Amino acid sequence: MKSPFLRRFTRNKGAVIGLAVLLVVAFVALFGPWLAANDPWGMVQQPFLHPWTEPGFALGTDTLGRDILSGVIYGARISLLIGAVSTVVALLIGVTLGAIAGYFGGWVDAALMRFTEIFQAVPSFALAIVLVAIFQPSVNSIVAAIAIVSWPPVARLVRSEFLTLRQRDFVQAALLAGQSTPRIILTQILPNAMSPIIVMASLMVATAILLESSLSFLGLGDPNQMSWGYMVGSARTVLRQAWWMALFPGLAIVLTVLALNLVGEGLSDGLNTRLDGRTK
Amino acid sequence: MTAPVLDIVGLSIKLPTGADRTLAVEGASLTVLPGQTLCVVGESGSGKSMIANAVMGLLPRPQVAPVAGQILFEGIDLLTLTEPQMRELRGRRIGMVFQEPMTALNPVMRIGEQIGEVFDAHVNVPAAEKRRRILAALADVGLPEPELTIDSYPFRLSGGQRQRVMIACALVLEPVLLICDEPTTALDVTTQAQILKLIRELQQRRGTAVLFITHDFGVVSEIADQVVVMQTGQVVESGPVRAVLDAPQHAYTRKLIAAIPDGEAERPTPTDETTRVLQVQDLCKTYRSGNGLFKRGRSVEAAKNVSFELKRGETLGLVGESGSGKSSVGRCLVGLAPFDSGRILFKGRNLSQGAAFRKEAAGRIQMVFQDPYASLNPRHRIGAAIAGGPIAQGVAKGEAMARAMELLALVGLGADAAQRYPHEFSGGQRQRIGIARALAMQPELLVADEPVSALDVSVQAQVLELFAQVREQFRLAMVFITHDLRVAGQMCDHIAVMQRGEVVEYGETHKVLRDPRHAYTRKLIEAVPRLASSADARAQAVA
Repeated sequence: MKSPFLRRFTRNKGAVIGLAVLLVVAFVALFGPWLAANDPWGMVQQPFLHPWTEPGFALGTDTLGRDILSGVIYGARISLLIGAVSTVVALLIGVTLGAIAGYFGGWVDAALMRFTEIFQAVPSFALAIVLVAIFQPSVNSIVAAIAIVSWPPVARLVRSEFLTLRQRDFVQAALLAGQSTPRIILTQILPNAMSPIIVMASLMVATAILLESSLSFLGLGDPNQMSWGYMVGSARTVLRQAWWMALFPGLAIVLTVLALNLVGEGLSDGLNTRLDGRTK
Repeated sequence: MTAPVLDIVGLSIKLPTGADRTLAVEGASLTVLPGQTLCVVGESGSGKSMIANAVMGLLPRPQVAPVAGQILFEGIDLLTLTEPQMRELRGRRIGMVFQEPMTALNPVMRIGEQIGEVFDAHVNVPAAEKRRRILAALADVGLPEPELTIDSYPFRLSGGQRQRVMIACALVLEPVLLICDEPTTALDVTTQAQILKLIRELQQRRGTAVLFITHDFGVVSEIADQVVVMQTGQVVESGPVRAVLDAPQHAYTRKLIAAIPDGEAERPTPTDETTRVLQVQDLCKTYRSGNGLFKRGRSVEAAKNVSFELKRGETLGLVGESGSGKSSVGRCLVGLAPFDSGRILFKGRNLSQGAAFRKEAAGRIQMVFQDPYASLNPRHRIGAAIAGGPIAQGVAKGEAMARAMELLALVGLGADAAQRYPHEFSGGQRQRIGIARALAMQPELLVADEPVSALDVSVQAQVLELFAQVREQFRLAMVFITHDLRVAGQMCDHIAVMQRGEVVEYGETHKVLRDPRHAYTRKLIEAVPRLASSADARAQAVA
């Protein structure tokens, strides 16, 4: 007997494929150092080596003779790490502010939403570049920058959920029973708002990976970490001579982001209880 | 004998796999004769609306589809027709009126355009002629000032007026069959009486056959010629209205009829109790809406100098139509809404506003909500939901859970219910859980806001019984908010009738119901659909 959630999730074939791809990427990220044959920064072969010409260098080498396969493997780790951590941070900020704004309403809501709008009014990628540039590129500053530019939509979403949920009768009943405000927010309302938050979070991980890649492409990645965006960026100048240098890390980005989007859609189906009985 | 307009023979409709039964409707047969009204009666889930939708070809195929039987409309089997052929019939030959008038009209289209769409779909008439006929249709359904109504948007009309527009829409091409799917359920009792009268009149004037779906036997006796009673997809009884109502054959029909609250004020209990649990003095509450920076808001007086008092073990009924302010008063009483002026004294103590109000009441004032589906947190187990209140007040967890178990037994649910989630329970069971949750706080005052209006009539009777039982057992003072005078008459010692925020009549139940002083009260009482009414009318006609 499968749970209704699993039944609805698995009915979406794309989501299952996405989840499989994601699991592979996660596996690679976890066990990267054991899987990769070479240090991603080490100059181990002649530069501009074509893929599938030398045994052990399936994806060829780059301008400095570094192993691209090892680079892609190590890049998975940093991409997933930054994607996940920055999403968690963004959720913490967004859910907290959104919950407070939606629950209390009135001037609290107005003040917090105007504050949110300040962030929404600035182009998010430009803001991320500025933040990383100010605080020196490092994993921490990149995570912080991505989190800071991606929490406003979460706050908006959580606020709207709270605005409707707090009018519900079970919240009124909890008020009458004398339950404390944090308790009502955390145990009565938040669990009922989780579905859209989870779906949004899965899509935010994808966006965060793209943001990190874009930052690395511009040379604002952590200089000590090999990342997909950096590899694409460094291949930019020799794109016509060595297509494989940009292609493989680029493919890795596309696949991971696509997988996350598919999983997000599957989660949205799975958490939507009203979808039962409808064909897909 | 005239040929029937609609003849349904052995109709079965399947439900998608995984539903609680395989067939929504099983072998149902019914016949609608020209100029007659056939009422299909049943509780929610009995499949009565499925029949209406099947006739109109509105079933969500292929998950829900007819699997057997015929629907003969003027001798043609509707189930064999193609979609374009059905479209030709809908609106022109068969009209339909839906339950919810508030959502049935397109909010951004003028009334005239919406009715005009029926013409555009079926007949080719010049614009002037179309407008003339729409005006005539609007006048026909008793809408005031058709020239103004035709160019206004739906939001300008009340629920009853919108339902009239829907009826005009359904009847404008003079169909031979009109299907009404609970057309008055969402309306107030006085509006309901007007709409029923309108349908009856139009039918007599035009000889339209009516298939009327309802759950209310009161409505049945007002409007029906023939009745079909349905239970879980099967027709259990059918026949002429008087025969079914006066001498029901099937046990289920008898149960449904017996469950209707008779509105007889039974017990004018003289109490020696002197402690006043609740005193409300000159309560005023005004809602202000749309107050923006640049415009003045609209204000609605929800309560105007409302005063009453309540002793232990007594029940006060707050009665009125929707918008009369009765729910607002209820929310002020429990401290969920602030009030503007006046005093609320609970056991002689003046309660202040807002959060402080709830703190001072310390959970001794509890509420049972209207919608049993919204009043329980879907993510909390029942046991935790009931014990949550006492735990918040500092009762030890084990003790609170033990008490929750006792209460579940008291309201007639098994102990295993504590470990289950709300979605596993029916509406009536959820309302029982809501009552148990309120009782867990050991309240002295219970405010029940329309606690049975979302329930089927047989379930309603059981829940009312439970209310009466716990009231005796815990000597509760109760404020019972309802729009149904029959329910109020059965439950309450005193009744306060509210109209536009004011208490227009306040007194002992039997006095108010037997000898109403205010014109509005009399109007309310007259509008209640009664089982006996058509029998009376017939008796008068004979005499």
